[in-house]
Amino acid sequence: MQAVSRRRFLQVSAGAASLAVAGCDATQAVSSREPGARGTDRVRKVPTFCDVCFWKCGAIAYVKNDRLWKIEGNPEDPLSRGRLCPRGTGGVGAHFDTQRLTAPLMRKQVRGAEEWVAVTWDEALTHVAGKMKEIASKHGPEAMALFSHGLGGNFLKHTLRAYGTPNLAAPAYAQCRGPRDVGFLLTFGEEVGSPERTDIRNARCLTLLGSHLGENMHNTQAQEFAEAVGSGASVIVVDPRLSVAASKAKYYLPIKPGTDTALLLAWMNVLLAEDLYDREYVAAHGFGFDAFAAELAPFTPEWAYPITTIQPERIRECAREMARHRPASLVHPGRHVTWYGNDAQRSRAVALLNALLGTWGRKGGFYQPASMSVPEYPYPPYPHSERGRADNPGKKYPFAETAISTGLRDATLTGVPYPVKGWMVYATNLLQALPDEDETIRAIRQLDLLVVLDVIPSEIAGWADVVLPESVYLERHDDLNVEVFREPFIALRQPVVEAPADQKPNWWIARELALRLGLEAFYPWRHVEEYLDTRLQGAGLSLAELKTKGLVRGKRPPVFYEEGVVPVFPTPSGRIEFYSLRLKEAGFDPVPRYQPTPEPPAGAFRLLYGRAPMHSFSRTQTNPLLGELMSENEVWLNAAVARRLGLERGVWVRLRNQDGRLSNRVRVRPTERIRGDCVYLVHGFGHTARGLHPRFRKGASDAGLITRYERDPLMGGTGMSVNFVTLEPEA
Amino acid sequence: MARFGMAIDTVRCVGCTDCVIACKTENELPWGLCRDWIVTEATGAFPDTRLELRSERCNHCDRPPCVYCCPTGASHVEESGHLVQITKELCIGCKACLAACPYDARYVHPDGYADKCTFCVHRVEQGLPPACVAVCPTRCMHFGDLEDPHGEVSRLLASRRHHALQPGAGTGPRIFFLT
Repeated sequence: MQAVSRRRFLQVSAGAASLAVAGCDATQAVSSREPGARGTDRVRKVPTFCDVCFWKCGAIAYVKNDRLWKIEGNPEDPLSRGRLCPRGTGGVGAHFDTQRLTAPLMRKQVRGAEEWVAVTWDEALTHVAGKMKEIASKHGPEAMALFSHGLGGNFLKHTLRAYGTPNLAAPAYAQCRGPRDVGFLLTFGEEVGSPERTDIRNARCLTLLGSHLGENMHNTQAQEFAEAVGSGASVIVVDPRLSVAASKAKYYLPIKPGTDTALLLAWMNVLLAEDLYDREYVAAHGFGFDAFAAELAPFTPEWAYPITTIQPERIRECAREMARHRPASLVHPGRHVTWYGNDAQRSRAVALLNALLGTWGRKGGFYQPASMSVPEYPYPPYPHSERGRADNPGKKYPFAETAISTGLRDATLTGVPYPVKGWMVYATNLLQALPDEDETIRAIRQLDLLVVLDVIPSEIAGWADVVLPESVYLERHDDLNVEVFREPFIALRQPVVEAPADQKPNWWIARELALRLGLEAFYPWRHVEEYLDTRLQGAGLSLAELKTKGLVRGKRPPVFYEEGVVPVFPTPSGRIEFYSLRLKEAGFDPVPRYQPTPEPPAGAFRLLYGRAPMHSFSRTQTNPLLGELMSENEVWLNAAVARRLGLERGVWVRLRNQDGRLSNRVRVRPTERIRGDCVYLVHGFGHTARGLHPRFRKGASDAGLITRYERDPLMGGTGMSVNFVTLEPEA
Repeated sequence: MARFGMAIDTVRCVGCTDCVIACKTENELPWGLCRDWIVTEATGAFPDTRLELRSERCNHCDRPPCVYCCPTGASHVEESGHLVQITKELCIGCKACLAACPYDARYVHPDGYADKCTFCVHRVEQGLPPACVAVCPTRCMHFGDLEDPHGEVSRLLASRRHHALQPGAGTGPRIFFLT
């Protein structure tokens, strides 16, 4: 089989996207001798950092003859090391995207009809402020919630805190990496963080569970993965789908979906039974090890075999391979880990396996990240909320340490613990990010106000009362990136080109809204450069320096125990908690156990989803550079199953889930790269927002088929790989 | 005289398409067209499937059929670097070269001339690697003079197993895939 992505001859007019780009006030070099420039070209270079995903790679944007030309990695940047990922390189297309929102919009008809009137910023913001005041006086300021993603939300968070609400959430927690952070917190007392504190480049053995690095293009991680592979590290990949990473693996384990915890327990069982774990490390740092070891005794590879379908000898071989290379034997914690609703405990099993291998704090395992000290801006104190957050009443999810987006949705629907009547949504397409879009729409119907700030007319924007068009990252400042990484640094995002229409930066929107809410005291600065300069001066730096260099690096401190970092575990015992009394006291398993997840009924497939390297979530499909590389997704189906069903490559099908939900039509990709009991979609396609033409209804939306989800009892995460589909050929 | 070529490490490559996008922005290609592309070749049955990921483009062949068949001399071999190039002013858009190329590396530009990878000769003249090589986050691509036995590309070809595409076509391709 050959899957070929080839140059295509699309009927695209070269002039279609030649939006005018006006000059910019940045002060960088103008030269015709910049890399790649020819003849009389006037080229301007502006250092900034990327925002196509949340990784925040340092970049240098080139403007040629007053038109945005290309974006390269900033060689000084520790994250990108001078090389961006495809999305970063394709960030040029974010500026030229012809589907961008261009002016503030107010809803004309019913919610969701996507019918709008363009208004001025003053009209839009005055309306929003008026509604927010009304909500505050009727229900209290806590009745406003903010859902936001990424650094760009900082100024809006500030305005909403000043307004008086503690209800600030990001789907990045309960719909993505929250379970992982809880699993590691309960074990080591610290989170894995973002960027993950994984020392992939020095790992001699790297184990990935579902993580598809290379398709999941978190730049530093993908770079270090290639480095590890290139230098001959052993790679073990556990995935029902033969990912790109799996194709590089010494051991590929095509596990039955939903059974990873059983495999993890069996691996730990082997390390204990064969005495392969790091005894010294465990003795020095472990708590409750004997009770933990006793719990694990029954979970042999023979026990795990019928559950996982992985041969016992294969399980043993992998455990021995991991042990052979310890402590440079990293079991990657993953990132999007909300799969089955028992994800915090599975992540804890990953943490415990790492603990047995002695990887935490060690070279080739997990480093101790560092950051530079930059004081916050000296704002007045925020008003205190007596009622607290609405997302987790009674601490139902005792280990949730930050707001649960779906908990705010519950509160909106039920009015418990108190009514939530207004949502502000920044840079997150809630209809594709939260499971069960019907539930989200029902919640939206309860609202008195829905405001969406975005750069494109996303699905959630389609439901808004007011849509506020934000300038893209190449056209604006954002808050500083004070990075927490092995090499600390501070980076500046600054405008490269002007916004093509009436789009505004988030700091301006947040400030103007605050002024209309009577919160002048919280905005002593008038322009964001004053804010940035104040913070930078507090750190002994200047805005002028950052403008020229894009980033300033701190000294690389010791980051491993081997380099002198003193092991500290901020857990109740002050040690690595092999046995967790906190979990036991809260009524949970103190050592993780395997819990079966329901299996697909006969004839149905488990719906799995993941990433493609050229797309970020559901927000890049209309970027002309990224969109044409992958303009729609396909449904991956095991080749033998496809033959049995008579489905050939490229035929159209619709996916129907267990609740009767039918997807857009999508092409079948029969492949020798997936098990027969599941199908796979790249997330972010099947757009239903009309403004996202030409990607409207291209491909199938996994999110639209996720009508069921399992909540993680520890922290409220929503496991989403619990939906089953059948394939219906298009007539 | 230099004879430029590439060694591309399929072991490191993850097929992310960054090379494709970097080429498009560097060379300001019209939306919808590209000069390089990714091939994912899967062989074997699940779960023992093998993948080869390749970043492909014009091979700047030693014996280029596109040059031999060009009726106007638009397609030609540049002395410096022995690169296959197109003088667009001479091209009449007859597409003989598109038919002759065994790698399907050429397309017709909306302005009517045949177009393809130049090995970013404008960058090479500045002492820089082609944009695709410079951007690659996995550092899987290597560009250099095949005539220089001490160069990076020659050393890689001497020490690693590799293959070129369609050697049977007899064109003498100069892009080698390390496996």
